[in-house]
Amino acid sequence: MAYNPFTLEGKTILVTGAAGGIGRATSIECAKLGAKLVLTDINEAGLQETLSSLEGVGHEFKVADLTSQDALDTLVAELPLLDGFVSNAGVTKPTPVKFINNTDLERIMSINTFAPIYLTQRLLKKKKFNSGASLVFTVSIGGVYTTAPGNAMYGASKGALQVFVRNVALEGAPRIRCNSVNPGMVNTNLAGRSYSDEDKAKDMETYPMKRYGEPRDVALAIVYLLSDASSWVTGHSLIIDGGKTLY
Amino acid sequence: MDIKDFIEKFAEQFDDTPIENLTAEVRFKELDEWSSLIALSVIAMADEEYNVTLVATDIRNSETIEDLFNAVQSKL
Ligand SMILES: NC(=O)c1ccc[n+]([C@@H]2O[C@H](COP(=O)([O-])OP(=O)(O)OC[C@H]3O[C@@H](n4cnc5c(N)ncnc54)[C@H](O)[C@@H]3O)[C@@H](O)[C@H]2O)c1
Repeated sequence: MAYNPFTLEGKTILVTGAAGGIGRATSIECAKLGAKLVLTDINEAGLQETLSSLEGVGHEFKVADLTSQDALDTLVAELPLLDGFVSNAGVTKPTPVKFINNTDLERIMSINTFAPIYLTQRLLKKKKFNSGASLVFTVSIGGVYTTAPGNAMYGASKGALQVFVRNVALEGAPRIRCNSVNPGMVNTNLAGRSYSDEDKAKDMETYPMKRYGEPRDVALAIVYLLSDASSWVTGHSLIIDGGKTLY
Repeated sequence: MDIKDFIEKFAEQFDDTPIENLTAEVRFKELDEWSSLIALSVIAMADEEYNVTLVATDIRNSETIEDLFNAVQSKL
């Protein structure tokens, strides 16, 4: 076999939000590099589709609403031991501050912030991580490095998650590592139809690389953090944004 | 839902544009105060007040306040 420091051969990896976008692309790349995947999401049809796109054998999926404490308990009880965990499920709803309401804020915080915290807590408590395991959280540049009109709820949810990542890195060392990827705008269904094509074209001009990211751009950064190539990297937040934060 | 009521709610999204300047035939995207934040506010207002989900293309395809009113009404 050719030299490949990024191989994931022999690793079992859990990916949340695996039914589409960045989660699907990450699962596909991990499988290509030899990992065995456990996919989870609330969207079963999307999980089926991701599963059928994976190379290799031994992959499985589990449907779960990560905002339910019971669902988290069941999911964790059924999981094999893990060498990798990609906490990636997330939602947004662009809303100006004066329109923030309890329903939207609680939904965004529960999926983007509380679910990753509770899931990590349970994985640790139930000793699901093999020594040398790598945890990767999909955070964002939004909230952590940039602000945008309408992004307060999402930004607050991701800012809190970023702080959590650093704390897990500290408590987890030297046994496990914990990092984040922080993407700029990526072509997925996340933002739904909140922005028109015209707005997007204009916004893309604010990216030095003159395009939005593709899910695979982020997936390959996650692969690096999951692989032993990054074994001395922990508590890091890896910006993948086509240069957006250079301004 | 009547247009007078809609214009009142639309006008609330502005801080410096008096409601007298906001008649049905006004081309709202040409207003000095119009911005992406106000566009998001109008989307949130339609959601909160009328339970209607406007998308970016609804705003893009509307020229006048009346067009926007019609877009909301068609989704009621
Ligand atoms: N697309 C971007 O521009 C962008 C930029 C920065 C960060 N991110 C982050 O990347 C991550 C992945 O998003 P994406 O862009 O691939 O969007 P996406 O909508 O394609 O994927 C998000 C996934 O999360 C799942 N999900 C939502 N609620 C859930 C719940 N309660 N339980 C289980 N699963 C749930 C969805 O079903 C979906 O498959 C998110 O955390 C997002 O915040 C995205």
